[in-house]
Amino acid sequence: MTCREFEYFAPASVGQCTALLKTYGSRAKILAGGMSLIPVMKLRLGAPAYLIDINGISGLDYIRETRDSLRIGALTRHHALETSSLVRRKEPLLAETAAWIGDPQVRNRGTIGGALVHADPSGDWGATILAMRGEMKLRGPARERVIAADNFFVDTFTSAAKGNELLVEVRIPVPRRRSGGSYMKLERKSGDFATVGVATQISLDEEGVCDYAGIGLTAVGMTNIRAKGAEAALLGKVPTDSTIEDAAEAASEDASPMSDPLRGSVEYKKAMTKVFTRRGLQLAVKRAKGVA
Amino acid sequence: MKLAKRAPKSSKKRGKKARHVKVSLNGSIFEADVEPRLLLVDLIRDVAGLTGTHVGCDTSNCGACTVLVDGQSVKSCSMFAVQVNGSKVQTIEGLAEDGDLHPMQSAFWENHGLQCGFCTPGMIIQASWLLKQNPNPTDDQIRAGISGNLCRCTGYVNIVKSIKAAAKEMRR
Repeated sequence: MTCREFEYFAPASVGQCTALLKTYGSRAKILAGGMSLIPVMKLRLGAPAYLIDINGISGLDYIRETRDSLRIGALTRHHALETSSLVRRKEPLLAETAAWIGDPQVRNRGTIGGALVHADPSGDWGATILAMRGEMKLRGPARERVIAADNFFVDTFTSAAKGNELLVEVRIPVPRRRSGGSYMKLERKSGDFATVGVATQISLDEEGVCDYAGIGLTAVGMTNIRAKGAEAALLGKVPTDSTIEDAAEAASEDASPMSDPLRGSVEYKKAMTKVFTRRGLQLAVKRAKGVA
Repeated sequence: MKLAKRAPKSSKKRGKKARHVKVSLNGSIFEADVEPRLLLVDLIRDVAGLTGTHVGCDTSNCGACTVLVDGQSVKSCSMFAVQVNGSKVQTIEGLAEDGDLHPMQSAFWENHGLQCGFCTPGMIIQASWLLKQNPNPTDDQIRAGISGNLCRCTGYVNIVKSIKAAAKEMRR
């Protein structure tokens, strides 16, 4: 399959990139890993007139630790996040999420920044970034701004990044002590898009009471969504089996999936949201207690 | 589609404007002037004439087109040729040295790790990448490692056996 013709740019710096974006605006697309964009172009679902390949920009591929967060360059490949010892130590949920994306070749090439801006509701990163209250740093022609995950996923395939902005960094707070998370995904076959995915991240206080709950959902809404009802069902409570059951039930109410012939009906997806939220929380609680 | 029509004055020039690409292809320098939309797999097969890399699904599912770019396995149907300018590309043709099969190739030969053979170049490239990450993988790790490569003959048992045998040989 052959794409429509386009003009290709390979800027060497973020400044050059934003200058190109300023000139070509919405007629240009940023090419990061290309694992979604190139198939879209080959299938002619999209035909950008200008393609701005950011793979030649150095300094966008990094994982850095600050006092209370990890800062991840937008061009960081999924494989790097899956295998980084820093990530596995500080934010293991990120490594667990990365391992569920596509297949090894896709993870070698695909980037966290590209996946987030693509804003596919079936994308795995969105759920985890919502659960962990990540932030996205965007660079426009004149200024930078930082957007919380809650405000980033605007609609299907639409993020808050404007046509003249480049996502340059993802910032994810490091969980406190007695924290645990999990990413659970139901897929029809290895490497498939999720039927449903659930990211959970919780913290417990000294008495074992849940004082942080983040739950993000994949593929059961117009965007990745935060399961706020499920989070509320956990906060301030000891996560017993019955509390977890209540939260799982709430998550299935938070979900608003569409029926589709490949991955099932609304009822099925809601039921699976409940099952995977329950399993995910059970594992997250064990991890928070240090017993898994 | 609309976008291309809205920019008629440059659209011709845009597509026809060839980009020069220079790569190390299996250790030899290869250069060509290509359209930006030329896929890497088409550069390898149609321009360089190395037809060992196969096109299966052409939608980045099957892995038949897997090659190494700067040591990382990628699906060459989902990259543009212009993106490998200055990179090292290795295909199945670059694995054997001086006529001696790579241990992964020998292991596929000896363990009957192929049936029709269509997926084999991609399988072997991916398996060789996997062993660089993990020289002693379990069966499950092998299966996860080749989960982006489909064998429609479903000959996975012998493929896994072949990769295990190659891993053992390469650890010696």
